[in-house]
Amino acid sequence: MKHLTPVNRKAALVKSVTAGENKDVVALQQGGPPQQPEPPHIPNGCSLVFSPGWEADRTGGTAGLCQPVERDLFDCHMGCFWPAQVPDQLNHAPDWTAKCAAAQKDWRKIDLIFPADEKKK
Amino acid sequence: MTNISLREFHPFEAAGRRFLYLVPSAAVFALDDCSSAILDSLADGPRPVDDLTRELSARFDSVEVGDTIAELQRVRALGESSAKPTPLPKFIPLKPVPLQTLVVNVTNQCNLACTYCYEYGEDKIVDTENGKQPKFMSEETAREAVEFALRESRGNPHAHITFFGGETLMNFNVLKSTIAYARRRAAEAGKDIDFSLTTNATLLRPDIIEFLATERVGVTISIDGPEEMQDKFRVFSNGAGSYAMAAPKIKALLERHRSRPIGARVTLTRQTLDVRKIYRHLTEELGFWEVGFAPVTTAPGRDYAISDGGFDHLLAQFRDLAGDFLEAALQNRHHGFSNIRETLQELHHGHAKAYPCGAGIGLMGVSTDGNVALCHRFAGSDDHSLGNVRDGVSWDKQQDFLQSHHINNKTDCSTCWARPICAGGCYHEAHTRYGSTNRPNLHYCEWIRGWTHTCLEIYGEIAEKNPDFLRQFDDEEVPEKVS
Repeated sequence: MKHLTPVNRKAALVKSVTAGENKDVVALQQGGPPQQPEPPHIPNGCSLVFSPGWEADRTGGTAGLCQPVERDLFDCHMGCFWPAQVPDQLNHAPDWTAKCAAAQKDWRKIDLIFPADEKKK
Repeated sequence: MTNISLREFHPFEAAGRRFLYLVPSAAVFALDDCSSAILDSLADGPRPVDDLTRELSARFDSVEVGDTIAELQRVRALGESSAKPTPLPKFIPLKPVPLQTLVVNVTNQCNLACTYCYEYGEDKIVDTENGKQPKFMSEETAREAVEFALRESRGNPHAHITFFGGETLMNFNVLKSTIAYARRRAAEAGKDIDFSLTTNATLLRPDIIEFLATERVGVTISIDGPEEMQDKFRVFSNGAGSYAMAAPKIKALLERHRSRPIGARVTLTRQTLDVRKIYRHLTEELGFWEVGFAPVTTAPGRDYAISDGGFDHLLAQFRDLAGDFLEAALQNRHHGFSNIRETLQELHHGHAKAYPCGAGIGLMGVSTDGNVALCHRFAGSDDHSLGNVRDGVSWDKQQDFLQSHHINNKTDCSTCWARPICAGGCYHEAHTRYGSTNRPNLHYCEWIRGWTHTCLEIYGEIAEKNPDFLRQFDDEEVPEKVS
């Protein structure tokens, strides 16, 4: 803000609160400005950010890639809209992943959930 | 093409600079040449942005004008003409708010008979002479009030009790034992507690002064000025003035009680409007640390009521004294004009009030029988009761009160730039004047705007010339006035 000078505390607050009003969408990418978004920047869910894709992770590195598809499954159903697509672990299938401690190793133990299973309970 | 127009603000100048007091946010911004020029160009009505940029192109670069317009829009000083300004959202607390101050009327008796008194005088709400309340609060009720104050302070680690009357010191014994009880109970509850009281000073005795000083009880003295002014209205029932009795006791109190600043609280009437003279007398001759003035609360037409012309006169006097305050502030000296101090503090924080005061939210008043009302001025009134100290207060009633007294309900205030700081004014005054607590006090609008404007100028002046002076207001919470 160059032309208006905040004088009282409320003005300082107005300045900081309105600072983000006209911001553009930014990528989930690290690095120096201008790529690095101003804090607070809390990306939440893959649909809200531009994700560079699985060829590079969010740090721009590749070391952690090539994980099995089940890793994506966990990733998506924890922090994304994806829960609609997997069993409802909060209410109906709390034990769905009980046997799967490490997705890379135990992913075969994740079973499907059928309506019949629910009836049995 | 987009038309832009001015939004709500109040402009003022100080130290050769232009400022905006924005409404309803209560933010204060200083302008530069470009922003000043843009606001001037829009003074006659909405205009297209291009048109404006062209007009100002001789003086300012078009990019600069564009940036400045964006900044002015960002702080809501400008807006697109087609977009309606968003009204202030009406937030009503979803759960009870912690009580900060409980005003306990330990007696409704008084040894004076001030004609203008809101508790006994012509405009009283509660029958204090022959009413149902006991004349003195019992020790038991006072203890229940303490329990109530601690309970209702909820998560707040501090509790504050103000003792009030009648003449508070007429029930000194209960006050004394209540303070001891409250300290013990607060310690058990893990809370800080502190106390204050208001008195007319006529009943101060050496042992009482000693007690107030050692217990660090904050003291406010009701006094109207030098002898001839004090004795106009602050009289005993036989008509004799109270100055001669009060003055030496006040001096004794100020001499001994140094643990907290002691303030004088002056009621201004049509007959006693010499603010500077009163201030000088109370600070220089009696030695008060600070002096607060309040125009008398009265129904219209009373002999002592301040008339319209009287308010103009009062404003001129307040401005004079505010000038003295400014001079002291620029030299980092103390000045005890507490009205300006309180307003500057509110301006510094930029409080945008939905309610004029904390009554019924952070502050409540208890009558001698333990009834809890909006504030001490309504204590004992069934129409303004929220509950009692034994059974607690009704959150439903509090919510109803908050719903119906929100600034958004006061349509008269909706076009006033001073509403963030005034919010319609004292409920009790409105009740006395207009018969209803939810009416705004339209009889002193000009006075409020005039005084707020003066305070803004002084705030701007200090912000430009001695900004460090304002740091003292940074963390200080705005205390609730009890008068």
